[in-house]
This record gives sequence, C-alpha cells and structure tokens, in this order.
Amino acid sequence: MLEMVVCVKQVPDATEVRIDPQTGSLIRAGVPSIMNPFDAHALEAAVQLKEQLGGRVTAISMGPPQAEAVLRKALSMGADRAILLTDRAFAGSDTLATSYILGQAIKKLQQERPVDLVFCGKHAIDGDTAQVGPGLAVRLNFTQLTYIIKIEEVNLQERSIQVHRKLEGRREVVRGRLPALLTVERELNEPRYASLPALIQAMKAPITVWGKDDLEVDPSRIGLKGSPTSVRRMFAPPQREGGEILPGSPREAALALVKKLVESNILSG
Amino acid sequence: MGKEEYRDVWIFIEQHKGEAAPVSWELLGVGRRLADDLEVELAGVLLGHNVSHLVKEAWAYGADKVYLVENPLLEPYRTDPYNKVIVELVRQYKPEILLLGATSLGRDLASAIATTLETGLTADCTVLSIDKETRCLEQTRPAFGGNVMATILCKESRPQMATVRPRVMPMPPRQEGRQGELVRVDIPLREEEIRTQVIQIIEEKTAAVHLDKAEIIVAGGRGIGSKENFALLEELAQVLGGSIACSRPVVEAGWLPPEYQVGQTGTTVRPKIFFAIAISGAIQFLVGMQTSDVIVAINRDPEAPIFKVATYGIVGDFREVVPVLIEEFRRVLKK
Repeated sequence: MLEMVVCVKQVPDATEVRIDPQTGSLIRAGVPSIMNPFDAHALEAAVQLKEQLGGRVTAISMGPPQAEAVLRKALSMGADRAILLTDRAFAGSDTLATSYILGQAIKKLQQERPVDLVFCGKHAIDGDTAQVGPGLAVRLNFTQLTYIIKIEEVNLQERSIQVHRKLEGRREVVRGRLPALLTVERELNEPRYASLPALIQAMKAPITVWGKDDLEVDPSRIGLKGSPTSVRRMFAPPQREGGEILPGSPREAALALVKKLVESNILSG
Repeated sequence: MGKEEYRDVWIFIEQHKGEAAPVSWELLGVGRRLADDLEVELAGVLLGHNVSHLVKEAWAYGADKVYLVENPLLEPYRTDPYNKVIVELVRQYKPEILLLGATSLGRDLASAIATTLETGLTADCTVLSIDKETRCLEQTRPAFGGNVMATILCKESRPQMATVRPRVMPMPPRQEGRQGELVRVDIPLREEEIRTQVIQIIEEKTAAVHLDKAEIIVAGGRGIGSKENFALLEELAQVLGGSIACSRPVVEAGWLPPEYQVGQTGTTVRPKIFFAIAISGAIQFLVGMQTSDVIVAINRDPEAPIFKVATYGIVGDFREVVPVLIEEFRRVLKK
C-alpha cells in the first residue's frame, strides 16, 4: 500500500494573460484558471501507481479559497481526498515559505500514516521557478528526484524507486530510497479525462480546509514575513527595437533579405 | 550572524564528465561585474572527480579564486552530496552571492541549497546588478509568463541566490594564462548517506542540445499549418547549417516534439540569426529568443507583434517567401 501526496497549483492560463499596452499593467480579468499542466501529470502518475500497487492519493493545494476548483479536478481524476491550505497569513509567500507551509501540512498527514511518495509538476507555468518541489524534498527530508520521465519500479520491500530523469542532452536512470519526492515532466504520462460520474462525485466530495491554526507553523516563517525575497518593482518588458519591413513582392523581399544577410557577414564563420 | 560577514561572489561551475556547462563561464562574466561593483572577489565553486583541469578555465573566464572539492562520490552529479558540500562551503566561507545556471542540474541543486540554508532564491534572472547603497543584488526576471519584468531583492538572508538560463548572458572573453588562487577543500562524504544511485547515463543527441548551441535557427509557428509543411523550414535550416525550432502551439498540435520549443516554457536561444516564420510573437515566445543577434520575421499579418522585435520583416505567405530564400541562399552560399 502506497501513501502518496500530490501537490497541485491553480494557475492562470498563461496563454490568456495580456498586458495593457497603455498602462503596462497586467490584464487578469476574465483569465481562466487551470490546474498547472505539469501537476496533472504528477497526479496521473500517483493514480497509476495506486492502480498497480494499491494505496491512497491525497491532493493538496495552497492558494486562495477558489483554488478548491483544482482540488475538485484532482478528485475527478482519481485522488482519494483533497486538502486546501488557505489563509490570509499564507499570502505573499515566496518559494521558501511555500515549501515550509506545504512541508508542515504533509508532516501533519504523516502523523496519521507515513507518506511514501510526494509528486509535484516540474514547475508551475505562472512562476516557472521549479523551486517548490526540491524545496519540499528538503523540508520533508525525502529523496529528491526531479525531471522524471519514467517510473520503472516502486519496490515496497526494498523501500526503493527506480526512475528515468531528463537532463540537458542526457537521461539518467536513478534508483532512490523511499520516501521520495518526484517532480515530473510531460513525457511521463497522458493525464486521463475524468468520467462523468467521477466529475459529479468530485463536485459533491468534501474538501478539507486547513489554515495557519490547523498547522504547526511558525508565524515568522510564512507569508510575506517568512519570505526572504521581495519584489522591489514590476515593469513592462523592455522592447527590442523594431527594424525594417522589406518592401515589394514576397520574392523581392526574400531576395533583399538574402542580400542583407550576406552583406552583413553574419553568415560567414 | 549578520549579513555583513558575508562577502564575495560565487559561481557554481557545472560540469559533466569533466566538461563544463558553458553557462558557468557566462555566469563568471556577470559575476565579474558584480564582484567589481562590490569590490570583492569572484570565486568559482567546482565539484567533481578529476576536474582540476577546469580550474585554469575558471581563472581564464574571470575567477579570482576557485574552491575545488574532488571526490569520486561527486561524479556523476547527485543532489545529496552536492547539496551537502556546497552548504558546508557556504557556512565556512560565507559568500554574499551564489549564482547557478538554470539547467536541470542547476535548478535541482539551487533549490535544495537555498532551502537548506533558508535563504532566498530567484529563478531565471535576465538582469543582475548591484544596488550600490545597500549592496543588495537586484535580480530581474520575467514574471507572469513573461508579461512583466519583476526586480526581486533578498534583503536580509545570505547568500543571495539566483539562477540564470544558458545563453541569456553573453560569453565573456577568455583570457589565456590568467592566474588565480586555488583553494582545495576536503569535505568527507559517505556513500551510505547518499540516497540515490545513478544506474545508467544515456547520452542523447537531442534537438534541445542542438537548439541552445545553434547559430542559426529557423522556427515555425501555428501558421505553418501542418507537420508536413515543416519540411520547407527544415530545408532552409539545412541550407544555412542551422536547426529548426517552433513555438508552443506547434508542440501542442504534435507537429514537433517538445525539445524543439523556444520560449518561456521551452528553450532560451541566442543564435546569430533567428527566423520566426508564421509566428505571431506572443510575449511567452519572445522572452525565449529576443536576445538573438538578428531576427527575421515572416508573417502574413502585418500587425503581428513579432514585427516589433524583428530586425528584418517580410509581410507575406511563407510558402511564397521560404522557397525563394532556399533557392537564393543555396546560390550565394554555393550549396
């Protein structure tokens, strides 16, 4: 029996976020929220292991109350229960404070039953830092296994897991001790679509909500106060200077382009 | 302990089988400027087994000092021993800044170190500078999918840690024969304390490797229309000795595998020439290629944002433009 936790994050659908050209500010109104795509692969991995070896999958998310939506999605995809970590005191947490809060929540779960595996997406598409997963592994003192594209074996007798990791220009086959934390790549699996009955059930399922008073958290280590990094300022990205549009028919423009590139010597050497 | 006790700028020298990741040298270039602004030393941190040949390389790229930790257990890379060694080095020598490449290895390690040390870490910085008054590192990175830039500070915790993607910073000039100091440190490691074993390493000649090293990139977007139409782009890439690439919708459509994707969620590239063909130029895409030397945009829509960053733009259908480019380049390059 495997005890597994999957961390899921609600993110704005990045393809829909726009910047106001006049004010340079973000237009977030009406931008739909989705489950971070990599987290769907993380959840699928846990559910598949449960189907093979038996066990339980707990989905956990930290965010505003509306992040409940991604937990319902997790339930519809096969998670057995869902926990929402939400509190005004958590707001403004950077990755260090976030991994601390998630870590304290998972430690609370561990009092009930020890956790064998924690899954995270390789990164969230909004922050794009890839820091919370490894940070959480340190918090929990779990074996850290990042960028997973294949889970070859989970051996409960030996308390080990064998995985394939994707790095630049190479893959690694790694064997690690349990308990372990995995951050997963898209290539790992194809997340399932929830069936209609599962969707209906997920809509009705209870979701556990924990705030700061439900966890053993040091108030100086959460939220803005617990975050060593702070944003000094935000600004519109610097625009690269636009160049020239080559005039004429497509053929004329193409010939002009070749001439310019050849003359600039950029193609030599 | 006060932050004033922390001095010097450290760069993690990433290596695999004795070969350094070029981003390490790019970071020494940035680090040199930061160290000069702070009037402190620039040090490389080099871990591995039989890697001392990289010490003089680090000096040549600007390091005043190299901390070298050699141990058979440090090859190949594993999170546990690397984290342990660097955390101990930081505790002993107290750098104020520690930079790592935002490679898979660098990200895996950076977050483990920062969490163990309980300090701040900023991912994927595109600009790093020093606030002269406070001596703080100003870490600027794209946020919200690249729609805005955010400047982040780590005011109190030390070291201030940041990662930078390969090819975002220019490669500094190599100064042959430049000398520095070597500090060999022995940190005892035991296999039993390391929770992973690398069973096998499979080297792959994937497009990604090729992509971030390619000098010429021919990239196509959703407007290419089909997998088959990429043959035309491949032909152009071939004539120019370049590589093909694409934007995110192409990967989502399954026309090309993810290794070919340029942009915020793909690879950051900095080629001599970047052809953006039938790519509208969403900001998430632009952040991955806008430091290219020359950008050529080919698009039917004269209003496409890509033209705002393009060095040269051609308004037209790629099916009419690209064949002319292939034919003409072939003629002038005599291929």
